[in-house]
Amino acid sequence: MDSELKKKLQEKAKIIRQDIIEMLCEAGSGHPGGSLSIADVFSYLYFSGILNINPDNPSDKYRDRVVLSKGHACPVLYATLAEKGFFDKSHLKTLRKYGSILQGHPDMNKTPGVEMTTGSLGQGLSCSVGMALGARLDDLNINIIAILGDGECAEGQVWEAAMSASHYKLGNLVAIVDKNGLQIDGFTKDVMNSEPLADKWRSFGWEVFEIDGHDFDEIDYSIKSALSIKDKPVCIIANTIKGRGVSFMENVCDWHGKAPSEEEKEKALCDICNLKLED
Amino acid sequence: MIKQDIKKILSSEDEKISTREAYGRKLAELGEIDKNIVVLDCDLSKSTRTAIFAKKFPERFFNFGLAEANMMSAAAGLATMGKIPFASTFGVFATKRACDQVSISIAYPRLNVKICATHTGISVGEDGATHQAIEDAAIMRSFPNMIVISPADGTETRKVIDEIYKYNGPCYIRLCRGNSPVLFNDNYEFKIGRGVKIMDGDKATLISAGFTTSITLEAAKTLEEEGIEVDMINMASIKPVDSEMIIESAKKTGLVITVEDHNVIGGLGSAVCEVLSEKYPVRVIRLGVQDKFGSSGSPAELIKAYGFDKDSIVKTVRENIPA
Repeated sequence: MDSELKKKLQEKAKIIRQDIIEMLCEAGSGHPGGSLSIADVFSYLYFSGILNINPDNPSDKYRDRVVLSKGHACPVLYATLAEKGFFDKSHLKTLRKYGSILQGHPDMNKTPGVEMTTGSLGQGLSCSVGMALGARLDDLNINIIAILGDGECAEGQVWEAAMSASHYKLGNLVAIVDKNGLQIDGFTKDVMNSEPLADKWRSFGWEVFEIDGHDFDEIDYSIKSALSIKDKPVCIIANTIKGRGVSFMENVCDWHGKAPSEEEKEKALCDICNLKLED
Repeated sequence: MIKQDIKKILSSEDEKISTREAYGRKLAELGEIDKNIVVLDCDLSKSTRTAIFAKKFPERFFNFGLAEANMMSAAAGLATMGKIPFASTFGVFATKRACDQVSISIAYPRLNVKICATHTGISVGEDGATHQAIEDAAIMRSFPNMIVISPADGTETRKVIDEIYKYNGPCYIRLCRGNSPVLFNDNYEFKIGRGVKIMDGDKATLISAGFTTSITLEAAKTLEEEGIEVDMINMASIKPVDSEMIIESAKKTGLVITVEDHNVIGGLGSAVCEVLSEKYPVRVIRLGVQDKFGSSGSPAELIKAYGFDKDSIVKTVRENIPA
């Protein structure tokens, strides 16, 4: 990846992470861990130019669709959409408050840029299958990207959806699994082991890439490859660190669904600011 | 007696058709006029009769196999792309197996998905309790944004499908397996939220939905022969229910009896009770499945055993009207 673009994406990821922390502190509740783990992927999806997403034309028939199936990680989506210009950043302070356009889990009718209402885990990939089928019926040359969690992969519906996507040869569908290895009750391997995860997706007929979900070169390579594969769906397993960028949140289960205090916020922002960037 | 103005919408033919068959045929007709109509099924297309559409428009028919949860959420996804998905399976699977998907993927975002479930009620018959949806209307009625319609016969089914096709939002249509008499002719008009009063009387009000309307109508005619004239209302639109018509009739008769092939908890009977207890309290007797699971047996045997056959309705009216 060209170094200028990488720098830009790193800068965007930093802003997204800062906004996640700020909005969660203000809200007093919410999910920082799984938002921070997928922030680099979001930066790439919305700011690399790889997808057709334009806040000035949010109902463009030809737009690519990103569906956040792991809906609890909506702070990363809201921060990204605000940074992209779908709505004013002042809304971020209203997260989870009564009357806000930013609900505790994504609501497609309240938030500009949110493509699907999600929050009950396991449903987003199925919705994406429907979108991919609809796009194909209309000969729309667009991409549907579904973002799932590794804990979410315990939902049976994910595999119903996976089976149907390969049955219908949905080459316009990409699933990105944010494999941060943690869920509410502990490590995914202890709560409900999903391994071998890549083999599961392969056996369901998907092409699979396993990448470092914080390495922009690997994100870039895998997504470009995924978009070029047209005869079957592609799953990108993004190995990530839950809470990535905030030292005291990284790999700590308790930060799945807890908001930082004012004091913790300051430390978190400081950590994000000092996050060592790779060349 | 049968209302004068109603006579012109009543069928004079002696024919029978199941509401699932009428649905399947109508869907295949609609498919011709709008290419945005897509049909989804879960390995039951021969039973739900979506196979008629599938044969005609294979490129717009999606079989999801035995995966109802996936089908419902995928239908939602198709709706976001401007498609008009009709999703069919048996009532038990559409509402219980895929309950959360219908609620969160479809009803909450108010997506334009038409859930047309067949094999509802104990009248499914021999398959027994596992395949008899007796709580489907209750579940669907409790979801905000969802409308619930239970057509009485083949004609009303066709009219309902026309109406929900024009309506932009989620719908649950309750269809049946067995053949039932065609009550209405093509002059019949269906409107969401409107009941149709078929007979006029002042001794009691009978309100029914689905194929039980044909049984209730027979009961009302028998009562008329005995000199007991009743108001008889077909209330296909269970949600929104026609409150105005229910209240007006209750004011006149003072006694309401509901008839449905569904648990008396949560369905048409409950909807009528909700209206009357808030707006005009009168006594309501709910005939239907009395909070127990279904059973194997022939539809006629079951309807009698569960107490909403013609004789049970007649007896209930006789015993409860003021002397």
